[in-house]
Order: sequence, then C-alpha cells, then structure tokens
Amino acid sequence: MSLILLAEQVLNGLQFGIMLFLMAAGLTLVFGVMGLINLAHGSLFMIGAFAAAAVAGATGSFLLALIAALAAAAAAGALVEVLVIRRLYARDHLDQVLATFALILIFSESTRWLFGSFPLFLNIPETLSGPVTLPGGIQYSLYRLTLIAIGLAVAFGLFLLISRTRLGIRIRAGESDREMIAALGVDISKLYTIVFALGAALAGLAGALVGAIQSVQVGMGEPVLILAFVVIVIGGIGSIKGALVGAILVGLTDTLGKLLLPLFFGLFMDNASATSTGSALASMSIYILMAIVLVMKPSGLYGARA
Amino acid sequence: MTDPQTPVLETRNICKSFDALKASQDISLDLRAGEIHALIGPNGAGKSTLIAQIAGGLKPDSGTVHLNGRDVTALPTAKRAQLGLGRTFQVSALAMEDTVLQNAVLGALGAQGRPFRLFRSALADARLREVAEQALERVGLQDHARTRTSELSHGQRRQLEVAVALTLDPKAFVMDEPMAGLGASGSKALTGFLDSLREQAPILMVEHDMDAVFALADRISVLVYGQIIATGSVADIRANPEVRSAYLGEDA
Amino acid sequence: MTRETLINSALALALLLVPLWAYSADEPFIITLATKVAILALAGVGLNIALGLGGLVSLGHAAFFGIGGYAMGILASHAQSYTAITDWPLLIEGTKSMPVIWLVAVVASGITALLIGALSLRTSGVYFIMITLAFGQMLYYFAISWAAYGGEDGLSIYVRNGFPGLNTLDPIQFFAITFVLLLAALLFAARLANSPFGLALNAARQSPQRVETIGLSPYRLRLVAFVISGMITGLAGALFADLNRFVSPTMFSWQTSGEIMVFIILGGTARLFGPVAGAALFIILEHILGGLSEFWHIYLGVLLLLVVLFAKGGVIGTLAGQDKAHD
Repeated sequence: MSLILLAEQVLNGLQFGIMLFLMAAGLTLVFGVMGLINLAHGSLFMIGAFAAAAVAGATGSFLLALIAALAAAAAAGALVEVLVIRRLYARDHLDQVLATFALILIFSESTRWLFGSFPLFLNIPETLSGPVTLPGGIQYSLYRLTLIAIGLAVAFGLFLLISRTRLGIRIRAGESDREMIAALGVDISKLYTIVFALGAALAGLAGALVGAIQSVQVGMGEPVLILAFVVIVIGGIGSIKGALVGAILVGLTDTLGKLLLPLFFGLFMDNASATSTGSALASMSIYILMAIVLVMKPSGLYGARA
Repeated sequence: MTDPQTPVLETRNICKSFDALKASQDISLDLRAGEIHALIGPNGAGKSTLIAQIAGGLKPDSGTVHLNGRDVTALPTAKRAQLGLGRTFQVSALAMEDTVLQNAVLGALGAQGRPFRLFRSALADARLREVAEQALERVGLQDHARTRTSELSHGQRRQLEVAVALTLDPKAFVMDEPMAGLGASGSKALTGFLDSLREQAPILMVEHDMDAVFALADRISVLVYGQIIATGSVADIRANPEVRSAYLGEDA
Repeated sequence: MTRETLINSALALALLLVPLWAYSADEPFIITLATKVAILALAGVGLNIALGLGGLVSLGHAAFFGIGGYAMGILASHAQSYTAITDWPLLIEGTKSMPVIWLVAVVASGITALLIGALSLRTSGVYFIMITLAFGQMLYYFAISWAAYGGEDGLSIYVRNGFPGLNTLDPIQFFAITFVLLLAALLFAARLANSPFGLALNAARQSPQRVETIGLSPYRLRLVAFVISGMITGLAGALFADLNRFVSPTMFSWQTSGEIMVFIILGGTARLFGPVAGAALFIILEHILGGLSEFWHIYLGVLLLLVVLFAKGGVIGTLAGQDKAHD
C-alpha cells in the first residue's frame, strides 16, 4: 500500500467525519437545549439533498442549490417544531422516539410521492470538479477538499455562535436551566424554534453537500442519522466539541478500517477470506469503537454527566 | 452483636469537592446505638452531599464510611442496604404507580435478596407479605394497603417511606428531612413514631424542622460550608455561640 | 373480570376464529395474515417486557429478530444443501427441525442480548436509545457483508421447516404453532409481571433509587429483563423467517425495530395484549391502506403521530380506560 493511498483515505475519512459533524451538531444541540431525541433529523438531511437536486436541476446553479437546501431544511425544521416537536419537550423519550419515527414515515413517503423512487443526481459544480495536487504529490478531489473546508468553517462558526453571541448565551443558559432563562424574559418557545431550525439547516446543508457525491434518494438520511448517534454517544450528549471529535474519530475509523482491515487479515489468510473477514469487521469497526468508549466513559468523551 | 462501643454508623475524615466547591471538609461523624443524631445546617451547607456519601450514591475523595465497624466506602448503595442501612428520601422515592402493599412487599423482597424468581406471584408469597403487612401496620398504613401510592397524601408517603425501610430490618436509619412538607399535626405524629423507632435502630436525620430536632435528637451536629462546626446535646448546641452566629442567628 | 381482561379474551378469540373461518372458506391468504399477526405480536410481547415493564426504550430489537431469522436461515440452508456448518472442533450440521431451530434462535439471541445489554445498560435514557439503535445497525451491516449467507440478497429456504406430527406447509397448522407460542409467551409475560422479579423491575423503572435502597441492583434486574425480552423477540424472528421461507438483512434494519415498537404503542404500552392489538391493527392497515395507496406509510405515520400526541393508551388503553392498581 502506498503512502499516497493512505493519505487519500485519511482525507476521505476526514471529509466523511466533517459531514457527520454537521448532522451530529444539530442533534446534540437540540438534545442539549430541549432534551429532545429527534429521529427525524435524517429526514431533514434528505430534504436538503432533494431541495438542492431539484433547484440545481432547474437553475443549474450549485450555489442556489445550497441556499435552497438550507432554506428548505430550516423551513421544514421550523414547521415541524411548531406543529409537532414542541408538544414533545415535556414528554418522555419513548413518545419522542415514536412521534419522530412517525415523522420519518411521513417525510420519506411524501418525498417518494413527490419525486418518485428513482434516485436524483446532483452534479459537482464545474469550478470544483477535478483533482488538485496537494503537497507531497497527492492528487485529491477539489470538491471533497471544499467539503472539509466548509465543514470546518461551520464548526468554527458554531463555536463562535455559542461562545460569543447573545443567542449562544441563551442556548447555554437553556441547557443548564430552563426556568432561569424563562425568568430572564427570553421567549423560550422562539428560542427553541430557532435552535431547531438551526440544527435542521445544518442537516440540510450536509445533505446537499453529500448529495453531490452520492445519489439523492429516499432513505438516505437514516443511515447517516444512526452514525450521528454513534458520534454523539462517543463525544457526549450536548457537547459541540464532543460532536466534532467524535465525528472525526468515526469518519477515520470507518474509512481506514475498510482500507486496513482486509490488508491486515491478508497477512495470515488467503486473499478471498481476508477480504470478506476484513470487510465484515470493518463494517462493525465504528460500533466497536463506540463499545470501547462506553466501557471506558459511559457518558462519552466530553459528556457532562458522570 | 458488635462491640457496644463501636458506633453503628461512622464517617471518618470525609472530604469531597466539586471543582472549587468544598462540599465536605474532613467530616467525622458517628451514630451510636439507641440514639437519634440530627444533622442541621443552612441550605447549601453540604448535607445532601454528605448523606449521599453515607448512603452510597457518591464516593468521597478521601476518608471512609463504616457500618457496624465494617469499611463500606467502596460498596455501592445496594450493598450497603443489604448490610443494614435503611434510608428514606427527602422527595419520596416510591413506585408511584404501584399500591402501598406492593411498595412494602418490594422492601421485603430486597431484604430477602432473591429477586430473580420469575413465576410465582410476589403478593401471594406469604413470607414477603407478612413482613410487608407488619411494616405497614407499624406506621399505621394497614388500611391503605390497596391504595395506589400516587393517591396517598404527602404525610402518608412519608410513612410509607419509613415502612419500606422497616421491612429491611435495618441496623441504622438515614433519613433525609422526614418532616419536610408535613403539616403541624403530621409532623407531630411522625415525631412520636420516630421517637419510638430509635430503640430498634439509631437514626441519623437531616432536618430543618427545629421543633422536631429539639424534641427528638439526642445529639445534634451542625454543618456549615462543608464543615462540622459543633456536635453536642440539644442544650450544648443551643448555647454554642458559634452556632448561634453561623446558623441559628440567621434563621431563628 | 375486568374490562381489560374481557378485551384481551376477545382479541385472543378473534385471532383464533378469523383463521378458522378463513380455513373453512378456503382463504389461505387470510390465514397467512393471521399468522403474521401472531408472529409480530410475539416479537412485540418480547420487546414489551423490556419496554413496558422495565422502561427500557430499546430501538434495537431488530437485532434479536434478525438473529432468530438467521438462526433459522443458516441451519436450514445447510440442511437443504447437505453441508456441515462447521467440522471443527466438532461437526455441526444444519437442521430442518423447528424445535431445534427455535432453541438455537432463543439461545443465540439471548447471548447477543446479554452482550448488547451489558454495554447499553451502563447508560440510560437517550443514550440507551441511541446505543441500542447503533448495535442493531451494526448487525445489519454485518449481515450485508456476510457473503457466505447471502449478503445483501439474503437466503431462500425452499421448504418450510418441520415440526414433529404436523404438516407445517399447511397454513392452518403453521398458524396453530405460532398461535400456541404466542399464548405461551403471553402467559409467561403475565406471570412475570406479577412475580417478585416483575415487581422489582417495574419499581426500577419508576424509581431506581428506591430499588437500590432496598438492596437490589437495577442494572442486574434490567439486564435479565433485556435478555428475556431479546430471547422472545428472537423466537419470533425464527418463526417470521419460516413464514416467509426467506431471511435477509432487512430483518435487522432500524425500520424493523421501529415497527416492533409501533405495535406496542398502537396497542397500548405495558398492556399485556398491547402487542397483539397493535400488530393486528398494523397488518389490517397495511392490507387496507396498502391496497388504496402505494404511499400508505404516510397515513400510518399520521395515525401514529395522533396516537402518540393524543391517545397515549393506544387501542387497549382507549377501550379499557385507566390502568387499575394491582391488588
């Protein structure tokens, strides 16, 4: 195996992780502030991807597609928050799981009804297509590199938002003490809608960005959602920093596991069985990572509760 | 029986901090056979933290907890309960959907220590039921056995808390504000009952109701800012100038 | 007899009479639907022990359903191809005998539940939900990548497995098997709820502090409940695979976990017959709405949403009223 291949896979893992972060950040924020577990977060990812594919198909502009994805996911998020989600804050987790499971059914089937069962395709914009040569002679997709940059910029922006702005102060206050923040005269239901829509917009953005490197189809959100859960379990609920670290760990483990485990088993097995054993184990690697973190730190790497 | 000189329950030099906050500073406290020992102090003094370390919910940073002379510092709550630590909570921790009798039978089941029987009906088990019904009778809840716990009054829940603790036949009681939220008459009734209970097992009690404390306590310890500033009889504590300025002066 | 007991008896009777009527009217498809209800209800009875009694919101019970299914698939596929599963360290061959398959399914899902439970139960609340979901997904991907047993395509078993003395290919006889197993599981669940274990588990759901204070470990109680729960759902998985004569990774999917949970909620959480009512309603809806529209899941979603938001007791709760206190 060449070092160049390894470097390329590390970048792939990083890119995957950063996209997971966009999903996990919204989930963990919504859980931290409102105490809500939202299974329909994957639907918002899907909505972002479909909105982007539809707008890109109609206008040919990737930038407009991204804006549409953000707007559509944020609007869908705000709408369900007002109609359904806010009735769930005071409910137990079981109700939240079931109601948001119901939302998945509604979102997925409505999308299938609107767009059909065939996947849509979202093309990488002209200016970002093709490879660039990185230091060390590594050829790497410019688009994927851009994803990493966008994701890191969003992460940086979120840190600033939470630590520096008034909205951030309210979010942090909302995490620690709901009654306190209501007593301070902040309109709590408006704050909740904003936080939920913000999380939704991040999911929609991730959906649109990822939509250009895979097919856009119904059901694309849930596998990512479950990986985002793994990220949150590893990072610790409510922690943006934990989400970032967890996401990158998961992204790297998954990508490198798929590359390295078959090679590792190839050292003492014949080729065919090394490939099958290696890839079977690789598909489980991130969950094994999660199990290890659970044994060492049940509340996650940056979790608040011991 | 252990040596009568050995305290039934004892903490030795317990320290516990949360970041910069020193919640317990070098606390040594003992509970002797036949006594009621009241722990008082202003809000935020660290009473709940101390109780949690004694009952097993929290581990001290340093220092040890002893039950009948045995070091139980490393043992979890359930183990300490098996060794004879009976506890009641400030906010009732009962199975609210269950009946009063079910809660008491649950206590008996814990005392019996064989919870993994899957087929027999728990309420049809004569031995469990007998222990449970006796405990209910002692606190005067026998007529409410089939009432759902959530339908009990506040005072009755307190009684049930004590009844569940009684089913365990504990060697020592730890009670977190047993009088909280009771009216004057309820508080008086419970005071009478606890008075008779000390013969069975000594009681370490956190309490804000000073009438109850002065009526019941053999000894009082005063906790302020994570430190025991005084321990002594009711008269000692009433006369202690330090206590008066630090605590009673503000409150009473 | 309380109202709930009456409703339960009516449900059991209906589940028995409908296929009997279908048998006399020569409607084998209806018998198959009833069989499906019995099997899915069985899966729900399993989950309900963890969820209803123990308050453990497991969103990964597809793991056990799938393991039960694959236990059947692996044993039967080796039997139909006359190959051994392994010949080292000792020879293990496939089988077409249902009782043996059930035993393997129950033991394998029990062991898996022990492992998953031991890890997941270190946490609680929303962590527990996410972790069980993740472990379910892990087995899903494992099944997909397990090429020896069909990978993504799954395994087809050409002839239904046998039960001594019965012709399992006859729909009504196979239904009888599933119906009896469902009744046995319901009887077990009912006794469990009133047993010392059930009392302690139920108390651990309401007040874990209380259970610790009387000297019991909530963790152990929950772990045992989780294992029992997984075993029953695993048995249902083996039957489901036999019904379809097919297993695939779909049995492990998160949708399967969600649907098993939906049966319980539609029927009524923590109600003994909740899963039966819920599974029946689900299959009826699937049959009627599915006939009207390809997109019937939208209606299912709306219905589920309404039940969660406005009719918490589900079918049985709405019909039977408030749960009474036990005596």
